[in-house]
Amino acid sequence: MVSHLVEKYFRTETLPHIWCPGCGNGTVTRAIVKAIDNLGLDQDQVCIVSGIGCSSRAAGYLDFNTVHTTHGRALAFATGIKLANPKLTVIVITGDGDCAAIGGNHLIHAARRNIDITTIVFNNNIYGMTGGQYSPTTPTGDKGTTAPYGNIDANFDLCNLAVSAGATYVARSSLSNPNMIIKQVEEGIKNKGFSFIETLTTCPTYYGRKNKKGDGVEMIRYLGEKTINKIAYDKLPEEKRKDKIIIGEIFRGDRPEFTEEYQKVIESIKGEI
Amino acid sequence: MKTIEKLNIEINLCKGCGICVAFCPKDVLEINNGKVRIKDINSCIECGQCELRCPDYAIYLGGK
Amino acid sequence: MPKSNVKLMQGNEACVEGAIVAGMEFFAGYPITPSTEIAELSAAKLPKIGGKFIQMEDEIASISATIGASLTGKKSMTATSGPGFSLKQEGIGYAIMAEIPCVIVNVQRGGPSTGLPTAPAQGDIMQARWGTHGEHSIIALYPSTVKEIFYTTIKAFNLSEKYRTPVILLMDEVIGHMREKIEIPNKDEIEIYNRKEPTQAPSDYKPYEIKNGDIVPEMASFGKGYRYHVTGLVHDETGFPTSDHEVAEKLITRLVNKIEANKDDIVEYEEYRLEDADEAIIAYGATARSAKSAIDTLREEGRKIGLFRPITIWPVAEKQIEELAKRVRSITVVEMNLGQYFEVIDRIAGKHTKVVKYGRVNGELINPKEIIAFINNRRG
Repeated sequence: MVSHLVEKYFRTETLPHIWCPGCGNGTVTRAIVKAIDNLGLDQDQVCIVSGIGCSSRAAGYLDFNTVHTTHGRALAFATGIKLANPKLTVIVITGDGDCAAIGGNHLIHAARRNIDITTIVFNNNIYGMTGGQYSPTTPTGDKGTTAPYGNIDANFDLCNLAVSAGATYVARSSLSNPNMIIKQVEEGIKNKGFSFIETLTTCPTYYGRKNKKGDGVEMIRYLGEKTINKIAYDKLPEEKRKDKIIIGEIFRGDRPEFTEEYQKVIESIKGEI
Repeated sequence: MKTIEKLNIEINLCKGCGICVAFCPKDVLEINNGKVRIKDINSCIECGQCELRCPDYAIYLGGK
Repeated sequence: MPKSNVKLMQGNEACVEGAIVAGMEFFAGYPITPSTEIAELSAAKLPKIGGKFIQMEDEIASISATIGASLTGKKSMTATSGPGFSLKQEGIGYAIMAEIPCVIVNVQRGGPSTGLPTAPAQGDIMQARWGTHGEHSIIALYPSTVKEIFYTTIKAFNLSEKYRTPVILLMDEVIGHMREKIEIPNKDEIEIYNRKEPTQAPSDYKPYEIKNGDIVPEMASFGKGYRYHVTGLVHDETGFPTSDHEVAEKLITRLVNKIEANKDDIVEYEEYRLEDADEAIIAYGATARSAKSAIDTLREEGRKIGLFRPITIWPVAEKQIEELAKRVRSITVVEMNLGQYFEVIDRIAGKHTKVVKYGRVNGELINPKEIIAFINNRRG
């Protein structure tokens, strides 16, 4: 038996899912459907698009119109779906490697267009599906199987990237506060434009083990200590801000949305041959 | 005596990560043989932290 | 006075006209010579009929968006040239695996790499067949005139809808950019095929189940109440991934056979002056036009020669080519590459007749004179 929420929105015959014990992906996925439930959306009119990687397996477990696409391309597929049928609520589930490395170009252009898609990045700081290689969000100095002596790359601030590229709702949340994830997904879906939500999640199997961060429980606690709400952060003295990760609503903008602008073009030239 | 039905466990889905045990504010749960088990239902305040945080959908509040 | 339906049209323009007649409602593209006019005209025409055009950030994004749009029930197309065609292979493989209809136009140019952007070449024959990884079959069509581009584009859409597979339209730069007279037929004179949608209750719908008598599964459009899962992973009838060896074998075999076993329906070709011929040329696209002209001259000189022109380049007209091989003493394969289709013809016809090749890769169209010279100088 499962809860009403899981019964309604999951393809329960596909459970248990493939994620490891202590992996946060299941918690974030539940938060997404809780947000959908809170908004009372029609399941038939919701489309979940994912790429490739651990997080992207979420699409298959969910009872909506779901597409598990190719690596990095979820946003490009989603753009086609949304433009072809703007009535659909389109949600992209992606990971840090999928979204910020191989799919980075699609991310900045989807944000630039401000197309009405809500993107949730499950950021676990590692390539989990392939066994623990460093990703664009692996902190400098941390280890991965392809960074055995420590990562010398600088890591992306994904939210800053999304803001710069033109997203109109940008927020970050962490597994230490699942209710914040739910709230942000709701706000993201409500925003008529490109919404970007980075959720800090846990990979005890690869990132955790490689970097001696402990099990799922310890990693969640660590996220709780490391993250700070934007309002509280702004009040902190400079020396205490170091090493803190801001969570909460990062940015809200107001710009024309792509599919609505396209509809205006259609209406402006209607009847012309 | 509170009824046990209000806190449900689907043991087949539990992977024994211990997140529900760690974040339960009233120490209601424990891990036994790699799976979650109710230790003290009378302390449960139905806060829902276990359901909110369980990554495997193995524990939830309410009747079915 | 009734408006004339006769128009002077560029090949790339005829492609867009054909696509719209076929029911295209979505185009995603990226600028690339020599196919750019297809994107430009789609951008101008689609919104007028309520369709959608989008210029994506790259070639992979355009095929991905094209596939996404098709999932909502809209007939979709993208267009490119060699360098972009290489990038689109990822999406082509996905569309094959997930059985999502779409049309990919490749107006070929000289390669490899950036090659000769504005010069003709027929170097993507094998990439069209085997460009994407893994075992698969593919449908690729190859028109030879502006008029034929119009009709072949419609056929590409029809086949993609009927067989739930991406269809590749290979075009030559010279025909894409050439202007010819074309009479646009009335819409009711053209046969249009639309994908079969499910009619049963959503709870009974299995997205990859083949019903009795059907070639492919019925395809529900997103938003119509049939919630289902689409993946590029090996999947069973329910659409969910599996690593079951038996399911994998069955799925891949079915995807290949739905094309290979229906060649009689898919394969189209033209035979030119072959009735009494004792030697033949096989050529396609623009090269076939030079071959026809060469044949007319050679006939005047007394040679019994004719042309076999594949319009469906993949799957191969194997049966017809083998029959031809049995009744001619030689087949010359003429193509703007160094023998890509020759290898295929030689495999089929080589055991029955002599198969030779004539090809060039310098970015110039092969002209009738050199074909005549080659045929005349060849022994036997």
